[in-house]
This record gives sequence, C-alpha cells and structure tokens, in this order.
Amino acid sequence: MRTIFFILQKEFLQIFRNRAMLPIIFVVPVVQLLILSFAANYEIKNLSVDIVDQDNSTWSRQLRDKLLSSGYFSLNRQTFNPKEAYEDLEANKADLVLTIPRHFERDLVREDEVKVQMLVNAINGSKAGLANGYAASIINSFNRQIRLDWLAMDEDNSPEHIAVSSRYWYNPDMNYKFFMVPGILVVLVTLIGAFLSGMNIVKEKEMGTIEQLNVTPIRKHHFIIGKLLPFWIIALFELSFGLIVGKLVFNIPMVGSIGYVFLFAAIYLVVMLGMGLLVSTFTETQQQSMFITWFFMIIFILMSGLFTPIESMPGWAQQLTLANPIAYFVKVIRMVMLKGSGWADIRYYLGMMLVFAVVINSIAVWNYRKTV
Amino acid sequence: MRQFIVFVRKEFYHIFRDKRTLLILFGMPVILIVLFGFAITNEIHHVQIAVLDNARDTYSQQMIHKMTSSGYFTVRQNLRSADEIEPAFHKGDIKLVVVIPDHFGDKFYHQKKAPVQLLADASDPNTATTVINYATVIIAQYQQELTGRIELPLTINTEVRMEYNPSLKSVFLFVPGVMTLILMLVSAMMTSITITREKELGTMEILLVSPLRPVLIIAGKVVPYIVLSFIIACIILVMGFFIFGMPIKGNLLLLLGECGLFGLTALSLGILISSITNSQQTAMMISMMGLLLPTILLSGFVFPVESMPRPLQIISNIIPAKWFIIILKDVMLKGAGLRQIFLPTVILGGMTLFFLVLSVRNFKTRLS
Repeated sequence: MRTIFFILQKEFLQIFRNRAMLPIIFVVPVVQLLILSFAANYEIKNLSVDIVDQDNSTWSRQLRDKLLSSGYFSLNRQTFNPKEAYEDLEANKADLVLTIPRHFERDLVREDEVKVQMLVNAINGSKAGLANGYAASIINSFNRQIRLDWLAMDEDNSPEHIAVSSRYWYNPDMNYKFFMVPGILVVLVTLIGAFLSGMNIVKEKEMGTIEQLNVTPIRKHHFIIGKLLPFWIIALFELSFGLIVGKLVFNIPMVGSIGYVFLFAAIYLVVMLGMGLLVSTFTETQQQSMFITWFFMIIFILMSGLFTPIESMPGWAQQLTLANPIAYFVKVIRMVMLKGSGWADIRYYLGMMLVFAVVINSIAVWNYRKTV
Repeated sequence: MRQFIVFVRKEFYHIFRDKRTLLILFGMPVILIVLFGFAITNEIHHVQIAVLDNARDTYSQQMIHKMTSSGYFTVRQNLRSADEIEPAFHKGDIKLVVVIPDHFGDKFYHQKKAPVQLLADASDPNTATTVINYATVIIAQYQQELTGRIELPLTINTEVRMEYNPSLKSVFLFVPGVMTLILMLVSAMMTSITITREKELGTMEILLVSPLRPVLIIAGKVVPYIVLSFIIACIILVMGFFIFGMPIKGNLLLLLGECGLFGLTALSLGILISSITNSQQTAMMISMMGLLLPTILLSGFVFPVESMPRPLQIISNIIPAKWFIIILKDVMLKGAGLRQIFLPTVILGGMTLFFLVLSVRNFKTRLS
C-alpha cells in the first residue's frame, strides 16, 4: 500500500512538473466545453433564401412574407431572374430558391391548382431535408389559410380527421446544449483516460526507464496501478469540473442522482484506462500508442450516438455499438441527467461496463506480463 | 542536396520499418470511409416506441400497424396506463409514446375528430423532431386512407429539386469530412510528434550539428508525411467514387492539387506545434485538443456552420478544415473550377505560409 502511495506521488509530480500539462488538463477542456457546446447544434435557423417572385401579386407577396417571418429563413435576394438565384445557390449564398411563377394568383383561382418550385442546396443532406420540411410546412399552412379565407371554410366543417398533438418531454424548449454538454463531457473524460494513460506507460519504454523500474523491488501491479490511478483521479476531477461549468454556464439539468453519474464514470474510466494499458503493451513508441488509440477513439466517438443518433444507424452498426463503451456512457449520462433514470434503469449498463472493465484489464495485464 | 535526399530516405525507412503503424495508416481511411459511409446516416429506422392504446379497436390497431410496417418504428412496449409512460422513457430506449384515446374509431366517424397524442423524448431534440414528423406523416396517410383522397380547391403544389445531391446521401458529406480528419491526423499530429520525439530523446541536438541546415532537417522529416498523406487522400477519393458514387464533377488535377495544398497546411500546423513543445505528450494533447475536436465540430463536417452562433461562425474561419471541406464539396459535387474556389484556396495558402514563417522563427530562437 505504502509503495503504491509513493509511486502515486512520483507520478503526480511527473505529470505536473510538465508545465504545459496543467493548462492542457484543466483549461483546454473547459474552453472546449464552452465553445463546442455552442457549435454542436443541429437547429437550423437563418437559412438564406432567394425568392424569385415572377407574379408579384398579393398572394405571392403574402407567401414570401410568411416564409420570411417564420424565423427559419432570411432573405438573401429577391429577384425576377431565376438565373441570378441559381448562381447564388451555386456560390453557397443561398440554401434555398423559391420560384413563384407568373400568374400564380390567377391560376390558383382559375385552375384551382398551381405549382411553385423549390430548389434546395442538398450537399448537406440533413440540412436540406430540414430546410425542405420547414418550407413545405409553411407553404402548406399558407395554402390552408387562403383556402379558409377564400372559401370561408372553417375547421368544424372539415371532414373526419385524426387530430395529432405532440409534446416534447424532458426538454420542452428543445435546448440542444442539454443534450450535447453531457456528451462532450464524456469525450473529454475519455481523452484523458485512454490517451494519457497509454502514452505514459509507453514513455517509460521509449526512454528505457522501464528496465530500471523492472529491477527495483516494485511489483508489477504496483507499477500498473501507480501509472493508471493518477489519470483515473484526474479524469474524475475533470468530470466534476465540467459538470460545474455545465451547471453554471448552460444551466444543464441534473434530474437524476449525480452519484450514479460518478459511479458509472468511475467504472467507465477503469475500462478506458485498461484500453490505454492494453495499447501500451503492444506498442513501443508514444507515436504508435497515440495513433492506435486515435484510430479506435475516432470510431468509438463517431459511433457513440454523440453526434448522430444510434437509431439512425443500420442494424449491423447498432450491433457494433454494443461493444462501444463510449456509447454506454453517453447514453447513461444523458439518461440520468436529463430524465432522472434511476438504479433500475442503469444497472444493466453498469453491469456491462463492469464486464468490460474486468475483461479488458485482464487481457491487458496478461499481455503486459508477457511482453515486459 | 544529396545529403538531403539521403536524409529523406532515412526518414522513409523509419516509417516503413514500423509495419503496425503503416498498416493502420492505410487501413484506417478504408475502414473509416466504409464505416461512416454505411453507418452514419441521418435517416431513422426502427425507432423503438411504446403504445398506450386505450381504444384497442380495429382502427387504432390498423394505425399502429401502419406505423410499424413503414419500417421507421418498432413497438417495443404496450403500455396499460398513463403511469407507465414515465418509466418507459426512463429505460432510455423508447423515443416516442403514442397515446390513442378510448373509442378511437367512434370518435373519428361520429365526432369527426379523433385526438392522438405523440409524446417524444426530447432529451435528444433532433431525434424527437424527426420522430414526430415521421409519425405525423404516417398518421395523416392513414387518415387519408380512411376518408379517401379529397380533392381540395386552391391547391399549391410544390415541386422540389434537391440540387447537387438528389438522393440526400450523407456520405457526400462524410467523404470530405473523413478525408480532412485523416489528413489532419497524418500531417499535423504525426509530424508534430515525430519532431518533438527527436527533441525528447535528445537526438535533435545531434541532427542540428550535422551539416544539414535546420530548415532542411525539418523539411526532410515532413516530406515522407506529405507523400503518405497524398496517397491516403487518393485512396479516399477512389473509395468515395467507386463505393459510394461520390461524383468528381470538377477537374481531377485541381482536386489533387487542393489535397496537396491542404496536406501542406496541416503539415505546417504540425511543425508549428512541435516548435512550441518539447514533449510528445504535450504535442499530442495540443493536436488532439486543438485540432481534432475543432476539426470535427467547427468545420461544418458534422454540424452546419450556419446554425452556430455568430461568434463561432467567425471563429470557424480560422479552422483550415472548414475551407478545405468547402473546396472538396464545390469541386466534387458542383464541378467548380479554380475561379469559384479561389478565395478558400488563397486562404489555405495564406495560412500555410503564416504557420511556416511562425514556426521557422520559433525554431531558430529555440535551437540556436
């Protein structure tokens, strides 16, 4: 026990002696949290739109006003010339071009039917889908309105219908940050856990100092614990720090018990440190170690449901996420913080994490014995 | 010059001797592109939902059947009372609860109005919106099926054309994104670590007393990575083209030239990082924190820049990845020529120059 304590002391000293390390561990993550939480936003507002109104009638102007007053679109250019609008689309100045044809109003009354054209810049598929959806629903409601006005129809006279009402639970204001901040916290904690621990051990190898350690009376498990524990502590500290910032700056809710978040994080970090250790057993240089970790991390992060929901992945990819520890933590931290999920809801995930921790650390220690 | 070539050759040997890294270096783009091309879409399939059906009549069951047969929804749970809604959400898998009132069919035909409530788990606002939209459309279709199509007067039809990406493939966004990420990794992170490694091990000093000029030493260290990153860029382009049908409408040579340019930008960033640190760990953490996350988040790769708050939109301008992604998309999807992408090209070039000058000055003061 005393040995571990001394090793810990030495490790902490070494970590903090490196002056650049302090800001990296403590300042950079907070800055990231602050900036990135604002950036990670799928809410689409201020889509710039070009309106080609070739009719210039009362209704066409009403349609234009309706579109622009919705809050989703802002006018980039109004013109008669479709070519100009198309050039804006090409130059990324417009996301959407709405063309209202000549005789829009006349045809609507005379023929009961008229066609408007919408060109959407679809390079970003999801954005285009949303833009199209918003515009279509605005045009629809405009359509309904003129129908009601013109024909003096009212809702009670309308035919049988299913009245769908929708409510958004747990985040009625649809605040995207409530969703992102917990997720980004997971990534920050992960980077500390998986990367630094792995590199820290490999560093001893690269410098040749591991040989020296091997001939001291320090036992191997002392060495491993001494190497990993500091990062476990730092990462948990980082998590608390991030939670405080999240609360103070973004007013992130904590509906569930903060104890569950830390309990889960504590076990999760053992998994991540185990991965770091595992990587360090089959690499010789810090460069290799970083590289391999990066490769797995980027896959784990992008497939964790952090940015794109797991539900939107095909079946085989959803199966893959079952082996992704980050996916579990992202899910659990959001469940607990935003919805107040309790012990019964998270115990399965905790159990899985424990299994991960045992398996990966066993492999890592076994491999470590073999190689060092 | 001869000495320089020998030095570069030595560096190449160093890289090629490390088979594991090399395997990952070339395997990574392949795996990433395949994974993201197929796995990451913004479409939603088989969302797990719960149903609280108070009516249990033919119509309510038909409606639920409509929802599940669309492929978008899977009923995970049938609830018996409103008290079970909250626990169902707490378990985390259920994204939507459909509440159908009692005497659903009766209400529809006799009161002409059957209220259906959709409750979404909005802890993920985006999924919630999408799920509600899908469900609403399916229910509207079901209603139309019941009543038959009604011809309404004064109908405005909308003809929609999705320009540049008619089938809304998200892989068209991911190919440029992954390419940018990998070039950043290979060029910026690898070089910064290679150079700081020499410093950490003390071998830099030895190199500096060799007859090669310091600038040439740095150049010699980065040349192999330029070559590597360029080959990787080509692999990604070929895969995007043949596997995912990502078009290359513009000039191929221009595209390759731009890839080379961005490789240089990333490289100069790597050199800059290595000029201000002395340990590999620090270099790695700076590249990780300073380059990886901003490249993913601020470049428009995952989240559209337009939806960010204004200050971040301004900050995003100093992220080289943003400009490179614009270039890639414009050349590949729109067939833009040098004239259209002149501005981003000049910006990338300017950044490269700036980073290089800054790091060369830094190096000289430190190593003299």
